[in-house]
Amino acid sequence: METYGKGILKGLVVTAKRFFNTYIEDLKWWGKRYHTAEGIAHRSSKDAKGIFTVQYPEEKLPVPEEYRANPFLIYDEGENGERDIRCTACGICAKACPPQCIWIVRGSDPETGKPVAKPSEFYIDFDICMNCGFCAEYCPFDAIKMDHDYEIASYGRNLTDMDELLKPAKYYAEIRPLNYALEEAARAEKAAAKAARAAAAG
Amino acid sequence: MTTPAPVEIQDPAAIAGQKLAEKFPGAVTADERPGYTGWMIAPEKLIEAATYIRDQLGYDLLSSVTGVDYIAEEKMEVVYHAYKTTGGPALVFKTQAARVDPIRLPSLTCVWEGADLQEREIWDLYGIRFEGHPDLRRILMWEGFEGHPMRKDWKEAFYDDEVKPYKSRWPEGRHVFAENRTAFGDNVSFAAGFDPEKWTATDPEEALYASLKKYKTEDKDGIPTDHILVNLGPQHPSTHGVFRAVVMLDGENVVSLKPVMGYLHRNHEKIGERNTFLQNMPYTDRLDYFNSMSNNWGYSLAIEKLMGIQVAERAEYIRVIMAELSRIQNHLILIGMLMNDLGAYFTPALYAFEERELILDIFEAVGGSRMMCNYHRFGGVVRDIPEEWMKKIHGLVFDRLSAKIDEFDRLLTENELFVSRLKGIGYLSPEDAIRTSMTGPMLRASGIPYDIRRADPYGVYDRFDFNVAVRYNGDLYDRYLIRIDEMRESLKILEQALKQIPAGPVMSVKPTYQAKVPAGEAYGRIESPKGELGFYVVSNGKPNPYRYHVRAPSFINLTSLEMTCVNQKIADFVAILGAVDIVLGELDR
Repeated sequence: METYGKGILKGLVVTAKRFFNTYIEDLKWWGKRYHTAEGIAHRSSKDAKGIFTVQYPEEKLPVPEEYRANPFLIYDEGENGERDIRCTACGICAKACPPQCIWIVRGSDPETGKPVAKPSEFYIDFDICMNCGFCAEYCPFDAIKMDHDYEIASYGRNLTDMDELLKPAKYYAEIRPLNYALEEAARAEKAAAKAARAAAAG
Repeated sequence: MTTPAPVEIQDPAAIAGQKLAEKFPGAVTADERPGYTGWMIAPEKLIEAATYIRDQLGYDLLSSVTGVDYIAEEKMEVVYHAYKTTGGPALVFKTQAARVDPIRLPSLTCVWEGADLQEREIWDLYGIRFEGHPDLRRILMWEGFEGHPMRKDWKEAFYDDEVKPYKSRWPEGRHVFAENRTAFGDNVSFAAGFDPEKWTATDPEEALYASLKKYKTEDKDGIPTDHILVNLGPQHPSTHGVFRAVVMLDGENVVSLKPVMGYLHRNHEKIGERNTFLQNMPYTDRLDYFNSMSNNWGYSLAIEKLMGIQVAERAEYIRVIMAELSRIQNHLILIGMLMNDLGAYFTPALYAFEERELILDIFEAVGGSRMMCNYHRFGGVVRDIPEEWMKKIHGLVFDRLSAKIDEFDRLLTENELFVSRLKGIGYLSPEDAIRTSMTGPMLRASGIPYDIRRADPYGVYDRFDFNVAVRYNGDLYDRYLIRIDEMRESLKILEQALKQIPAGPVMSVKPTYQAKVPAGEAYGRIESPKGELGFYVVSNGKPNPYRYHVRAPSFINLTSLEMTCVNQKIADFVAILGAVDIVLGELDR
């Protein structure tokens, strides 16, 4: 015999289970379920039960290494605190950029006036940047990378110049440790190969 | 002694094309431009040939209709891709007209109703008049728009340069904000006789309202009755964005209905033709923003065909894993949102969001963004799945999703209120579904087991054991059930893919931002969660595509909307539209 309402009851059991799961989980975690790194990790894992929400901005989800917000430029810090900008103004990022939001002016030697492989100006129009990450992906010098800072709402326009874009390499190492280690290893290998070649030639 | 001629393995579409050419001598010729395939049909024989293709050759599903503007040759071309619902490759046929206004070609709506919206799109964007089309109005642009924007000689208001990289973005070494080059400067032209000052909202839409069937006023038991015209949307929560439906009602019953779209139109295809090949990849993310992984795949498939490159073995599996995860989250959201439309406000939708969050976490870790993944590259994918995230995918697939889909099943499938709202509503017969070019779950819920993963396999789908989900009643309830079935099949594929995935590189070619694409045409199509997602790309050997067309399932699946809504209640329209599964980013492009 068909009982009308059986299906509804079956569904209500599901919702009730979800409802009580929240409290059961709360008891299991004894106050550690919220505002702790483990609690957040658990709530976004396959074992999550009950309430799921992360209470932004009190709680924040960790962003994965590959996460891409806006691009930034990297400089290496010299011993005396001078900035060695990695960018060589080759313009590959500007060519690869789908919405064409990058503008670079190649620098010139102040004495001879000859162009040098450094940018004198570097602008990114963040109003049209689509955060695709092509600039970082195709930069041959690891000079432009994608940031992790997603809280970038602002009142005005965001035509960003080189001063604002530059961040130290150690910041990059902090947000993308795995990529940084890989790139440094590749660079060291390249330098070693170059030194070996030079030694063989000389 | 003569050596035997090498045995030619011909694909069935080539044999069918031969037959077509024999049947219409002189009118059908092979397209012999280098890199092109298919058959050129003379316009005067087009309808006859199309009927022959449909009835005698068995290519019953007209998938895609594409306009191409060959300005140098002074030709306008229309390309048709027809498929057999029993599977196999496409029969591609084309027809050309001289590029002199007015350009006229016969309409194929009398053979396939599925050509309806697509021909309107071509009229709108290319200005080809389809003779015999029942309702040839603009579809994406508004009625007062002047010109046909996909023509090669048409320039947009914010015109920078013919192709990227632009040299004009920073004129005189100074940045100019887009709004300073305002559209209301000297960049805008209006149609002849159009005065924006005198414009009133109803004027350009007379043709739209006239195209609706009217309910005849009559005296019923002494009470005079009349039709009611209702504009649902574009600002209406049930239309999933800025979609609008103009509905003619008799009391509560739908008499006639016209979809109105284009509110989110950004001329994706024109942007695509200005972009370089690779630059289009992140733009495809923004079509159907629920399934950017699938969109990426469709586009890379077309370009890889043109380039003639193989995809790295591991990347093929990663693509399958990502596409199937994306299918699961799409179907979950669809069901959740369908419940919202029916009035089960947000409980099922948020349950669906939980699983979706977990899947999007994976996309974020591999692609860098939750929705705009930009993950595929020509020849593979941009990066491998990190070890720790591979474990998470395993956990999700083997330990969680199956139980959660079952939970959804328990929550909804037998719910009497839900069943009574869905069963027998919005019926679409299998014949109508094929005629109107339905694809994806819409077609399969009407009893046609047509799934591109099986019918014309791409990637490594031929290596997996799964069933094509099919339901036979063709009503809303089956369109719901088929999504549950498909999620289970997707899990099956995921389990196999995760077990079989080989180690190795994820790119078969050196990554470069300047893809060298030989001249020719290619059509890449995938079974996206919403239906057949196709990319028709023509290259002329330059760094930018000459023609870039998206065959959007959300768009073409609306062809049957009126058919399924007529004689249903206005409240059911909301559910019928919800079950079509439209995304406005893809619909309006």
